[in-house]
Amino acid sequence: MRGNDVAFAFGAMLFVAAAALTTFLVGNEYPFFAGYVILQYIVLAVAWTILGGYAGYVNFGASAFFGVGVYTSVFLAKAFGAPLLVQIAVAAAVGGFLGFAVGLLTLRMKGIFFSIATIAVTIIIDTFIVNWKYVGGAAGIQVVRPPTMAPFESYVKMLFVVQAILVVIAVATARYIQNSRIGRGLQALRDDELAAECSGVPTLKLKLLACVISGALMAAAGAPSPMYLQYAIPVAAFDLNYSVSALAMSLIGGTSHWLGPVLGAVLLGVTQQWLTVNISSAANVLLLGVMLVVFVVAAPRGIIGLFVRKKSEKTP
Amino acid sequence: MTGEVGNNSFLRVEGITKRFGGFTALDKVSVDVVKGERFGLIGPNGSGKTTLINIISGVFRPEAGAIRFRGEDITHIAAHQRNRRGIARSFQIPRPFRSMTVLENLMVGQDFAAGDASLHSRDRAHAILQRMGLGAAANALAGRLSQVELRKMELARAMAAQPQLLVSDEAMAGLSSSEVDEVLDLLLGLSADGITIIMIEHIMHAVMRFSQRVMCLETGKIIALGEPKDVMANPRVQEAYLGA
Amino acid sequence: MINDSGGVFETTTGRGWGVFSVELLIESIIFGVLLGCFYCAVSIGLSVAFGLIDVPHIAHPAFLVLAAYCVYILNDTWGIDPLLAGVLITPLFFLFGIVVYRLYHAMFEKRGSDAAVRGIAFFFGVAFIIEVLIILQFGVDQRSVTAPYIGKSWRILEMRIPIRQIVAFVVAVSLTLALTLYLSRTFTGRAIRAVAQDEGALRLLGADPIRIKTWAFGLATAILGIAGALLIVVAPVEPTLDRAYIGRTFCVVVMAGLGSMSGTLVAAIILGVAESVVLTSFGASWAPAISFSLLLAVLAVRPQGLFGR
Repeated sequence: MRGNDVAFAFGAMLFVAAAALTTFLVGNEYPFFAGYVILQYIVLAVAWTILGGYAGYVNFGASAFFGVGVYTSVFLAKAFGAPLLVQIAVAAAVGGFLGFAVGLLTLRMKGIFFSIATIAVTIIIDTFIVNWKYVGGAAGIQVVRPPTMAPFESYVKMLFVVQAILVVIAVATARYIQNSRIGRGLQALRDDELAAECSGVPTLKLKLLACVISGALMAAAGAPSPMYLQYAIPVAAFDLNYSVSALAMSLIGGTSHWLGPVLGAVLLGVTQQWLTVNISSAANVLLLGVMLVVFVVAAPRGIIGLFVRKKSEKTP
Repeated sequence: MTGEVGNNSFLRVEGITKRFGGFTALDKVSVDVVKGERFGLIGPNGSGKTTLINIISGVFRPEAGAIRFRGEDITHIAAHQRNRRGIARSFQIPRPFRSMTVLENLMVGQDFAAGDASLHSRDRAHAILQRMGLGAAANALAGRLSQVELRKMELARAMAAQPQLLVSDEAMAGLSSSEVDEVLDLLLGLSADGITIIMIEHIMHAVMRFSQRVMCLETGKIIALGEPKDVMANPRVQEAYLGA
Repeated sequence: MINDSGGVFETTTGRGWGVFSVELLIESIIFGVLLGCFYCAVSIGLSVAFGLIDVPHIAHPAFLVLAAYCVYILNDTWGIDPLLAGVLITPLFFLFGIVVYRLYHAMFEKRGSDAAVRGIAFFFGVAFIIEVLIILQFGVDQRSVTAPYIGKSWRILEMRIPIRQIVAFVVAVSLTLALTLYLSRTFTGRAIRAVAQDEGALRLLGADPIRIKTWAFGLATAILGIAGALLIVVAPVEPTLDRAYIGRTFCVVVMAGLGSMSGTLVAAIILGVAESVVLTSFGASWAPAISFSLLLAVLAVRPQGLFGR
């Protein structure tokens, strides 16, 4: 286990270093503009997996948390001119708090009821933002980027590296959970909540924890978005596409391992970028839906399941 | 009735009443189970057996009455807390963690158990599996076990938390007679180790062989309590079972 | 309310509490009841599919919008009356429903409880595909139909009630009544209700639960033909309209107590009146949150619905 941890830490540092290095080597801004979106989806998908995959609570509310991250940043930037890192940190805190609240509210709900409740949360928060004139209301709001900080040559490149760091944080968190007793507890309650509770698993506490962590990471993923787009508008920030994407990428990649959502996000993210540029944005959304349906029907364990045959699967 | 902390009762059920809507599943049931005892719980279907153990293990909350375990009132604490205090159970219809291996199923029980962390090792889980005759199936997915293996795994998983009280809910239902003897021997072995066991069972010869005391419930009330042969000789018990 | 711009509420939007009068309240309640009956019509299929036979049919509102577009095609191409068009497409939707249920059953229901998670994702994906296909075919613009009763209204005392609202009201009530009678008076109808209660018992009686569920889901989808016609009669439709109706339809079905047809009508009227009153007093921009807030409140108080099984 120790050796694995060292290798993982090394790989994570290498990833961030490589991300940073390419921003100096590649002059063109476009790859980072596109890459940012893919990294953002990795964070969302990995965060989704913590609650939706490990614990089996199908969350349709990724867009709620993403949007809350976006508007936390908008508010902080407008009210206090807060710097990006503060925006992200506060967004994560707000997202975590929202996760806690949603968790408390939905603890007794199972299956489809939980899923619908998370859509409800999304629309309700969306409606509040639409009616909150200070952050622009339904019409949206322009956001002015602060001057680019050294050593980065452009703001987008900096955001790319920031999102890469968020990826590392999300993956490290998911990996830690998966390898700890928290992960086993979540898996147990996903399989059978009553049996888990009677086996000593504090199911309520673990579900809340998963809600908080998942929510915080999703909100953090959304926090840099206003600076990235230079504007924010509810219809985009709370777009259900984020919910579908997070869910689809996670399920397509496979939810039993943190690598699943990473693979799913990279695969779908890259394809979507390509489709958006070469065909249309409607086509990429269609692809998302079709892939989701194909995978849940034909490959229930996702990409991970296609390659990893657990040694434990042989019959006794 | 209350506040008798420190007396030597092990599990005390005090005037438990449980209703579902207008239906009274348990009506002021009181009984003491002694430490180390092998206690049989019988009764026709719907008599309230499973409801009683759901209340003991914390799945349901009673409308009235209290459950005391080793002197402590545990009526209102969560099921997982009771597990940590030493109460483990199996389920009438096995509820394995299907996506996990048998070994991992046991480790869930160990992970959150109280006590010395060094005891919560793979080795100990293996040892329990060996003892339950499941050593060979340790790495099989729990969802793929046979019926008797599932029954054994349920008991093994309950044992993983090192309980002092084991409640076995029809662990022998649907098993062949040789399998029944197998599971019975396992339970007797656990009892010999000092674990108090409450056994719910429909298979009479198993209850008779196993129990030191037997309690018979009918429509939520105790109709007989005592030595197995006395309970079986009780006309009300015979009536309840034979429907005379 | 539809498209946040008050399609249904031509007369009243966003006046604030300050100018709120008793007349206005009464008017908004009457509108609310009419609107509620319409909501009942679009929800009653879900009441069967989700309420009675437990299919996590998140794609129900997407099917509804799809039906509305089918009606649009028939109306736009051949000038067929939208309600007639709705009736004409019911056999098609019945078959569609049968295919979808068979697929869902084979892929998820049969595979047991751990497939439930994926079953929900499946319907979410299906809804998404339908939405995008509509966008690809028709674009994101609103579409509407033409019929003699659209655009006219009745004056009753001081109120102006659009005739299409009355049409929707009449059709909705008839539909609910017919379905209630069907479920209680016919053999198949009673079997559908029985399958919701106890699948095993039904099997003992020699009926095949899967066949009955397939039939029920087909029926629930067929009703959407007529409901979709009402949807586009009441107001113009757009491809993403299904999102707002996830809240409305599930709110109604959950509030009704899963599977109760008369409950569905009552719950739908409660939602209709709530939306109408909030709209009149606070404005259309709050509309989307009403059904979802009600739904959330019901779920939080009683996760299995107000009168849940």
